[in-house]
Amino acid sequence: MKTPKDIVFNEQVELILPNNEIRLGNVISMDENITTIQVYEGTNGISLDATKTVLKGKPISIKLSEKMLGRIFDGVGRPIDGLGEVISDIERDINRSSINPVSREYPRNYIETGISTIDGLMTLIRGQKLPIFSGSGINHNELANRIITNSNIGNNEKFAICFGLMGAEFETAEYFKNSLKENGTLSKVVMFQNLSNDPSIERILTPKVTLTCAEYLAFELGYHVLVILTDMTAYAESLREVSTLKGEIPSRKGYPGYLYSDLASIYERAGMIKGKEGSITEIPILTMPNDDISHPIPDLTGYITEGQIVLSRDLYQKGIIPPIDILNSLSRLMKDGIGEKYTRKDHSKISDQIFASYSKAQDVRALAKVLGENDLDELDRKYLDFANEFEEKFINQSLDERRNINETLDLALKILNILPKEELNKL
Amino acid sequence: MELKKISKINGPVIIATGEDDFAMHDLVYIGKNNLMGEVIKLEGKSATIQCYEDTSGMKIGEEVKSSGGPLELSLGPGMIGQVYDGIQRPLNELERINGAFIPKGIITNSLDENKKWHFVPNLKIEDQVEYNFILGTVKETESITHKIMYSNSKKGKIIEIVPEGDYSINEIIAKIQTEDGKIINATMVQKWPVRVQRPYKERLQANIPLLTGQRVIDSIFPISKGGTATIPGGFGTGKTMLQHQLAKWCDADIIVYIGCGERGNEMTQVLEDFPKLTDPRTGRPLMERTILIANTSNMPVAARETSIYTGITIAEYYRDMGYQVAIMADSTSRWAEALREISGRLEEMPAEEGFPSYLPSRLSEFYGRAGRTLNNNGTEGSVTIIGAVSPQGSDFSEPVTQNTRRFVHVFWGLDRDLAYSRHYPAINWMISYSEYISALEDWYDKNAQEDFLEYRGKIVKLLNEENELQEIAKVVGQDVLSDSKKLILQTTKCIREGFLQQNANSEIDTYVPLLKQYKMMKIIIDIYEYSNKLIDNGIPMSKIKTIGFFDEYPKIKNEVANIEMAKIDELSELYISKLEKIEEEYKEFDEKGWK
Repeated sequence: MKTPKDIVFNEQVELILPNNEIRLGNVISMDENITTIQVYEGTNGISLDATKTVLKGKPISIKLSEKMLGRIFDGVGRPIDGLGEVISDIERDINRSSINPVSREYPRNYIETGISTIDGLMTLIRGQKLPIFSGSGINHNELANRIITNSNIGNNEKFAICFGLMGAEFETAEYFKNSLKENGTLSKVVMFQNLSNDPSIERILTPKVTLTCAEYLAFELGYHVLVILTDMTAYAESLREVSTLKGEIPSRKGYPGYLYSDLASIYERAGMIKGKEGSITEIPILTMPNDDISHPIPDLTGYITEGQIVLSRDLYQKGIIPPIDILNSLSRLMKDGIGEKYTRKDHSKISDQIFASYSKAQDVRALAKVLGENDLDELDRKYLDFANEFEEKFINQSLDERRNINETLDLALKILNILPKEELNKL
Repeated sequence: MELKKISKINGPVIIATGEDDFAMHDLVYIGKNNLMGEVIKLEGKSATIQCYEDTSGMKIGEEVKSSGGPLELSLGPGMIGQVYDGIQRPLNELERINGAFIPKGIITNSLDENKKWHFVPNLKIEDQVEYNFILGTVKETESITHKIMYSNSKKGKIIEIVPEGDYSINEIIAKIQTEDGKIINATMVQKWPVRVQRPYKERLQANIPLLTGQRVIDSIFPISKGGTATIPGGFGTGKTMLQHQLAKWCDADIIVYIGCGERGNEMTQVLEDFPKLTDPRTGRPLMERTILIANTSNMPVAARETSIYTGITIAEYYRDMGYQVAIMADSTSRWAEALREISGRLEEMPAEEGFPSYLPSRLSEFYGRAGRTLNNNGTEGSVTIIGAVSPQGSDFSEPVTQNTRRFVHVFWGLDRDLAYSRHYPAINWMISYSEYISALEDWYDKNAQEDFLEYRGKIVKLLNEENELQEIAKVVGQDVLSDSKKLILQTTKCIREGFLQQNANSEIDTYVPLLKQYKMMKIIIDIYEYSNKLIDNGIPMSKIKTIGFFDEYPKIKNEVANIEMAKIDELSELYISKLEKIEEEYKEFDEKGWK
């Protein structure tokens, strides 16, 4: 469109169609004559002459209230559960400026998820961003759901979940909705859903809207907020779509050169702030295209987030759930959130030993493939036993089994004892 | 003259058109909010500007004013212990003004203008001064004496200088009459354009090591003061952890830590850890020698591009005072990506993987600013650059890693497999190298032990042999190897676990002085050589194993504290005597039994 006088960069625009339908957009580039508007709900039915545009005079923002808990919204924050608009005087720009690094508080307090692999080997810390790297067909939603249900936050503290679904299939959205209802957590959840048949361009706003809501709950109302964003791959693909439409020069695999900065602007909104009660813990979930961890989306994500939980197709096919590939997974904030003060004194030694021994066992497995198991020496065979036992007893955990941290660590010690003492040099 | 006005906005890139005359790299103030930006391209009447702040809310037609010069840093006392953003705005000050979120369009002073510093003059009236001559000193922290330097390029003589006393940075402390008769008022602060290298008198050979207390670095792949090193590694390989270790323990006087496009929580960790830790040499908090530049991944991209230059210019300023400065840049890949992002917005023709074609020249320019120098004021200083690289998909053949490799002399390649088995620091000894060994030979001979490098050579040789043996063992199994080969594998396992691995979280192991490193190398090599001799004489490996040394060695690093390192010599004697006993037994056996 032609550039009107008062338009500002990144401003929110409403397009009024001839049939009085309203669509949202925002200004993505402008010069003296032409302004480019990106329309979030697709351009279907927009005619050149009959469409009116209304400039809102401000960047896109949403209304916020504590009453949003238990509600369901679409990907741009409009209610879709039939309970009416959110009434509030509080309105926030969805693009928040970044947290000043000196104002951050270093996350220390751990969250017990009840899942042995996570608690024992990649402990989740409040204020952390820990993504789940999955592949299509691996049931990562089940893991996410388990984390939500089992996570233990002290009783006196306010806990909420902000849920952003991007490009989700209807079934996925329903699955989450139903299981949250069943275990009674829905009243603690704010859900933003952009389904796979919603305009893909709207997806770009969903994580920002979700996080804006989370920030309000965490830093203004003192909640501990767990933000789950799924699927980040769908988000990145939308970003690529828009970038191509804008005619930008593509970088790796057609994704725009600013993918890193853009993802960072989402992930870095997690954290804790000095002097504020609440915290934002982010668990973005992404499916690795073709299970390729070096694909730009998981790769750049891994550089920004504080570790990753990688799911393995091999384990999944062996029937081990949750199929967490521990050697590829890591929690960077773990070292400061475990030990005597938080979990148990021997925690870090046990986890170091597990990693070292399990990685050695993988070498033995490779060797066994070549030589056959019978030709292995006794020590190597013990390693094989260890690895199998570890996968079946420790990683594998049935859906209704919740292990607390002591149980997890004791179990790890028990399994480590399969190996001779000389091999346990980290304990 | 009519001011330039905004005619196009595309993310952080803005085009301003109008009569006003801009120069390249001028600092400009954009729009009614006075956001800072830099001119990066000029064409006819229009100027392309990269804006250091978020451009949301800007309008076409808003005015753009030039500051009349490039972005300049304020260099003076008070920088140490500060946390700056990429364009030297103090983040503590921004927090005071706007709380926990970074505001837009705020111009603050980089240095505290009110604080009084105790100035002690170094020169007197009638003294001749040249560029960088030291006018006087100020005690900036307990361990750092800040030297106030004459910053004009023209020679002159002092016509007035204040007596010892307390002054703030903007007070005139000296007047200098230059050769052409001009009078220059000197204060304690000097301005310097951020992208311009500070001059020195002479470049010196980089032949003194920068000791880090990390065994795999000091003993195996050392770096010189004034040298350049790179740490490439995919995510999860421990780059940042290693950078933190170096910043904590290396024996530089000043550390400039640039957090360039990395995680916010990592900067917080530095801010929490450093004030608590003490410098092993001075006993003072580490923060008293550290300057942090934090431009986290979610902060504006143009300021990220500049943060590298801000860091190195500050480092050069302290070098000019005669200090040994080390820069940790984490990560240079994010900086390269900032270049790519801006280049893309400028619609420049991309070269490899979308990076601009000037990437190699920018990298070489940056690493070229490292060095040990003789300064104009007679002091000797150095700037060491240690840059982390985050290769996409851990692929070392990508452009940033490859180009960096061309311009640095030390390569500490981090390895994912090592990191997965929790071998930290995950420096892969097969791909890493240091080109400074020969330059440092003299130093090690004189200041460490004469046979230090000899032991180093033996360790490296064993590790190489192990690599080949592992290949063979993979095919035929370890059992069929001869005893002398088994001994090598046993020894190198000890070297890997007991020497190369170092636990940053262990109080005893996090920092190890060079002498202890030497003792640790010596004991394993001595035992190996003795054992090897015994094996040559027909004593089986199984017998040698019974002395228990190979189980004991990996524990030394955690059990023998730095102050009691003489224990290692005792251990050495103990195990050697055990080996001697075995030798005796077999000799007797030989004499009695066989003959």
